[in-house]
Amino acid sequence: MKKINKNSLNGFVNYGIIIAAFIVLQILIGKGVLSNSLQSLLVPACCYIVMAVSLNLTVGILGELSLGHGGFMSLGAFSGIVASILLQDLIPMAPVRLAVSMVVGALAGALGGVIVGVPVLRLQGDYLAIVTLAFGQIIKNIIMVLYVGVDETGIHVAASSDRFVLAPGGTAIIKGPMGAVGVAKLASFTAGAILILITLLVVQNLVNSRSGRAIMALRDNRIAAESVGINVTKYKLMAFVTSAALAGAAGALFGLNYSSTVASKFDFNTSILVLVFVVLGGLGSIRGSIIAAALLYVLPELLRKFDIAEYRMLIYAIVLILVMLATNNDQLKSMLGRIIPKRKGAVSNG
Amino acid sequence: MSFLNNAITGISLGSIYAIIALGYTMVYGIAKMLNFAHGDVIMVGAYVCFLAMGNAGLPSVVGVLLAVAVCTVLGIVIERLAYKPLRAAPSLAVLITAIGVSYLLQNSAQILWGAATKTFRPIVEGSLVLVPGQLSISYVAILSVVCCIVVMVALSVFTGQTKMGKAMRACSEDKAAAQLMGIDVDATISMTFAIGSALAAIAGVLMCSAYPVLSPTTGSLPGIRAFTAAVFGGIGSVPGALLGGILLGVIETFAKAYISTDLSDAVVFAVLIIVLLVRPAGLLGKYVPEKV
Amino acid sequence: MAEKKQFPKGKMVPVPSHSIIPERDLGTSPILECSHLGIDFGGLTAVNEFNITVGRTEIAGLIGPNGAGKTTVFNLLTKVYQPTRGTILLDGLDTHGKTPAQINRMGIARTFQNIRLFSNLSVEDNVKIGLHNQEKYSMLSGILRLPKYWRQEKAAHERALELLSIFDMQDMADHQAGSLPYGAQRRLEIVRALATGPSLLLLDEPAAGMNPSETAELMENIVKIRDTFKIAIMLIEHDMSLVMGICEGICVLNFGQIIAKGTAEQIQSDPTVIEAYLGKQQ
Repeated sequence: MKKINKNSLNGFVNYGIIIAAFIVLQILIGKGVLSNSLQSLLVPACCYIVMAVSLNLTVGILGELSLGHGGFMSLGAFSGIVASILLQDLIPMAPVRLAVSMVVGALAGALGGVIVGVPVLRLQGDYLAIVTLAFGQIIKNIIMVLYVGVDETGIHVAASSDRFVLAPGGTAIIKGPMGAVGVAKLASFTAGAILILITLLVVQNLVNSRSGRAIMALRDNRIAAESVGINVTKYKLMAFVTSAALAGAAGALFGLNYSSTVASKFDFNTSILVLVFVVLGGLGSIRGSIIAAALLYVLPELLRKFDIAEYRMLIYAIVLILVMLATNNDQLKSMLGRIIPKRKGAVSNG
Repeated sequence: MSFLNNAITGISLGSIYAIIALGYTMVYGIAKMLNFAHGDVIMVGAYVCFLAMGNAGLPSVVGVLLAVAVCTVLGIVIERLAYKPLRAAPSLAVLITAIGVSYLLQNSAQILWGAATKTFRPIVEGSLVLVPGQLSISYVAILSVVCCIVVMVALSVFTGQTKMGKAMRACSEDKAAAQLMGIDVDATISMTFAIGSALAAIAGVLMCSAYPVLSPTTGSLPGIRAFTAAVFGGIGSVPGALLGGILLGVIETFAKAYISTDLSDAVVFAVLIIVLLVRPAGLLGKYVPEKV
Repeated sequence: MAEKKQFPKGKMVPVPSHSIIPERDLGTSPILECSHLGIDFGGLTAVNEFNITVGRTEIAGLIGPNGAGKTTVFNLLTKVYQPTRGTILLDGLDTHGKTPAQINRMGIARTFQNIRLFSNLSVEDNVKIGLHNQEKYSMLSGILRLPKYWRQEKAAHERALELLSIFDMQDMADHQAGSLPYGAQRRLEIVRALATGPSLLLLDEPAAGMNPSETAELMENIVKIRDTFKIAIMLIEHDMSLVMGICEGICVLNFGQIIAKGTAEQIQSDPTVIEAYLGKQQ
């Protein structure tokens, strides 16, 4: 019989890892050890960690496959950018404006989550997956034709360049296929670390509450969950929307890290990339998601600098396939099982 | 006239989608996996044909046959090396592996043949002019529709009448039971991948003949669209794939013509979502509730 | 295929009176009343004219040959299937149009023939999920860990251990549910169902796969549960020693129809029941 250890301790370990990593990296930056190109990876790495942990909530904890997580990130990025520019005069303090923009991004993500979730969460398995994929594509497509700008008469939104007319002195924020331009880079590594901590707080505490148990009950056995009085739609939606909101916040931080952002940055491949983080890190394992996202985001970027840049993605693909084959190989598993006594919980924070 | 022209374009494009979707559906039916690498097999097929016709100067028929042969082998190899060891693994692991295979094919193609877009020479050129200056049908479009019909008929006969086809259906119902009845499940699954990949090669050649640009990522978007078509029609259902493919092609073409070129994808996917909400298992799919 | 019988709407035949309600429940209204309950799958009538009344603290048995429709009756009562016709009154309230989750909140809890635990979660969490609707704190208090969260989680923990102690399982609280031995999984399912605070507990083959001594212990426990919780229990079981031993009212189902109702003695001597089980005597 397997025993499941209490995982509140594991949760604290995760906060500790993030805080320690943050402090170490800050010291390295202070000493000038970290190159500029490496430093530029820190904020996006934070965003991808949040993306992975939040997607784990949908895929690992709720047990529904989502192929459109990038869509929520996209919603968050562009709404966050718009908010940051609109609030430029109202909130002069950059960190506060960043925080507000991230909240706006989270709200946009959550709204997207509700819009997708309410009708489609009754679909199951691969059908839900394809709808989330479709949703991601729709978001990308719409933002590609969207024009948003502001001038003294107010905010202008148009679906084509000819209908997009701004008064002189107005600012164009999103310009269709060109995406968002002229964005003030508000994002910082500190904000990224804080966002990760908030994400951990939300996901870990949710999982260890009655709502989280209800969500995991749906994953393990929907019919039994209904039989003990759990409202299927409510808890599916709760997990899905929370996950989307966190992705939205991550998107806002990501968008505000670059002076320009295009919608195709958050396409199907982004969603897949995050899904790969989650699966390689281990379904339901929060710490696995953190580590997998950090390593798998940073490593290929580092490979860019070497001669093998051309083979970067090829290596990535081969490693991905080999890891999947190895981790699902029964002989290897039993061998590892003998070496490392396994503690398996449905959700381990570890 | 433009309506007719669009309808013709839509149906021929839809026929190509249908051929790809058939591959998706057959593989899903038997292996219960979303083979995301299917779209990239299309690309490989197109490249093989392109190289055979261009560099080696072979006639187009040889090019097509070569593409089919290469993709068939490729399909079997992919299944044996990447998917077969994962037959008992959770479906997500298989999905991620399929994504890995997709990356592998795309990046191998990029290294072998370069990232630059190539202009594909259509396997048949010219078009049938019905009303001069207004209505004409390209021979590629005619060929696509003919291919689609031939493939459909052949597949129906194959799955319905032949021993191998029946084995295939048995395996998609229940692999364990099929095995007990003396069916070689591994061989049947390999066969399914072989057929699916051969179809992908044909679709690749047809698609690049109709839209003559070829790059390592050529296959991914049509792959996703064809997957959508398969789900649209009811994944696992052969007539569903045909219906889904044709509908998708027609909707896409009309959305491009009458709504907006940029939004055609959004329209296609929005229709898909609506269809799934009304019929959760697709147009021709059967919804099987879980037994309590 | 069985013949489909038509019942004119609004013209319900009065339910025949039942003699099987135990004496101590006669003074109170019944917990469950089914009248003319039936369901068709396509053209096939799986259950038809199912009329039954269960007393407030009765232990009722539902028996019949395989494929008689026993589990289908449970699925109808819990609305896993929506009945094609007929009404189900739970404590006098019509359950028409309710979802399985709502039915549970109204007071019916069940176990499953093929065990359905939350197998990746711990034993304690399984029971706590049963307590889900008795805990009242919101998602936000859970995330922010407000005092309400701590208070109710502590109470839930204690309650879960208390419930587990019915089957002496409190030591297993930290084990993964899916790794428990078969018999313990069946008992955990009962505990989880009890945790929802039902007034009617449906047990689908609780003794399946148990040896005689385990079955004897289970019988004691079922009676104990009824006595402590003062609830009605309805069970499907093939083990006749269990059914005849503890069920006060027994209902025999064959081909989706009730063929006999009564006490253990009445059922055992009923010729139609013997025929259904053993075939016609030559």
